[in-house]
Amino acid sequence: MADTRSTQLADVIRSDEAAILADWLSLQIGGAASRRDLIGEPELKQQCADLLAALRNAAAESDRFDAGSRVWQPVRDVLAHVTESRARHGFSPSETATFVFSLKQPLFAVLQRRIADREALAREVWTMTALLDQLGLFTTEVHQKSRDSVIRRQQQEMLELSTPVVTLWNGILALPLIGTLDSARTQVVMESLLQRIVDSGASIAILDITGVPTVDTLVAQHLLKTVAAARLMGADCIISGIRPQIAQTIVHLGVDLNTVTTKATLADAFAIALRRAGLSVTKSPA
Amino acid sequence: MERIPILKMGDCLLVSIQVDMHDRLAMQLQDDLTTRIAETAARGVLIDISSLEMVDSFIGRMLGNIAAMSRVLDAQTVVVGMRPAVAITLVELGMSLPGVRTALNVEKGMELLATSMGAAAAGDGADGIAVD
Amino acid sequence: MVLLSTDQLPLTADEHIVIVRQSVRHRAVELGFSLVDQTKIVTAASELARNTIQHGGGGAALIEVVNDGVRRGLRLTFEDHGPGIADIALAMKDGYTTAGGLGLGLSGAKRLSNEFSITSTPGQGTRVVITRWKS
Repeated sequence: MADTRSTQLADVIRSDEAAILADWLSLQIGGAASRRDLIGEPELKQQCADLLAALRNAAAESDRFDAGSRVWQPVRDVLAHVTESRARHGFSPSETATFVFSLKQPLFAVLQRRIADREALAREVWTMTALLDQLGLFTTEVHQKSRDSVIRRQQQEMLELSTPVVTLWNGILALPLIGTLDSARTQVVMESLLQRIVDSGASIAILDITGVPTVDTLVAQHLLKTVAAARLMGADCIISGIRPQIAQTIVHLGVDLNTVTTKATLADAFAIALRRAGLSVTKSPA
Repeated sequence: MERIPILKMGDCLLVSIQVDMHDRLAMQLQDDLTTRIAETAARGVLIDISSLEMVDSFIGRMLGNIAAMSRVLDAQTVVVGMRPAVAITLVELGMSLPGVRTALNVEKGMELLATSMGAAAAGDGADGIAVD
Repeated sequence: MVLLSTDQLPLTADEHIVIVRQSVRHRAVELGFSLVDQTKIVTAASELARNTIQHGGGGAALIEVVNDGVRRGLRLTFEDHGPGIADIALAMKDGYTTAGGLGLGLSGAKRLSNEFSITSTPGQGTRVVITRWKS
């Protein structure tokens, strides 16, 4: 069990901190798992020093070596920081966990030197091992979460890149939608279009669905909601690129497009937008 | 109780809602506006909601009421600055704010107001009522 | 389902609706909800809080941060000991208006939430629970 009344760990670390650090460092650098390509020695040294100091402080205050409790929050913070940094640099979760586990050996060596009584030594070693196990596992969780958020961020960026909003003319925006529109994508599209309308002060937005292969009820509803939201904000929407098949689907689905202007081509929609904006294109003599 | 200030600019009234309104404050605004329109014979009302992080059905109805009451008092109303998140939520809520004209910002709002005030005035003349 | 935090707020006066909105907003921001999701749940809360006061004769709101093991979410409960709703299906119909207008509030709150449940007994009261999960 991790519970114990002993506080010797803190004293032991304090008295031999430099030696423990040196030992730990050389273990990692010389070891088979050394990743000199991913982390420089000074940075590694800093990570070790920070963790050891945090451990020392928490051990001094704590009577229960439960890595999840409040007293150990600073240690978890240091570890979270180290793990996220390592994740970014390409360390695997195991490599980061090993970073924590490799502290066992130097600590064991010092505990052995300092504690004569066999039972006390056994207790301390057990406590220390259990603690470092918990902390090692903790780094794995942080690593996972950090990878998840990188993936999510990349997905978001991909979504945004694949739905560009184009300014056709002063006050006239076009949103050429390409590919399948699923619920999540359509929401992102809707939000970025509306934000662009605000940012650019455009009063007309053309939603072009030429590149959308199929339109089902859900997609149609999302489009209509986008139009309704834009209108509430004070901008008008025109939907263009409605192919004959899509027109049929829309009628079959019973979707009511009465309140929206729709055109077959983006060009036609642009012409209407210009007219509404009070603009016209004239040919000047060569 | 605090009230939302109403500014007069020419023959228009300007209101900028900057606080999270409780229902009574909203009702007070409705009353104050209609009173001021009548008092000043204002022809236009511009309501700026760009600071509002939320518009629920109560506030939505209030805006609709203001537009309707103003029209009865021969004034045009334009609501400006609705935030995208608010617009999306209102649509989901099922509110379409019928009878409420909107514009993206104050500048466009004033343009729209000028146009609709002009149209309304022209309408008066077309009825054969002599305009001095 | 793990409960991570609980706030209970009274709903007996007009001003309480604003307090509920602000508390819900605060929790939603804490949870990292997107701006649109924040707005949706704050608006739903406003509708339901108003219903509790205007139709339920007053009651309370419970704001809970929950964790179902996979994701975290915000669960709001609105409870009153008022007259109750005799015909829930009718009350949930869009645009349905009793003296005062419940319709949009209930169905709107449902559309704005990931989960929605309502229980009501005429003469005893009503309880509405909505949840929005962090996506």
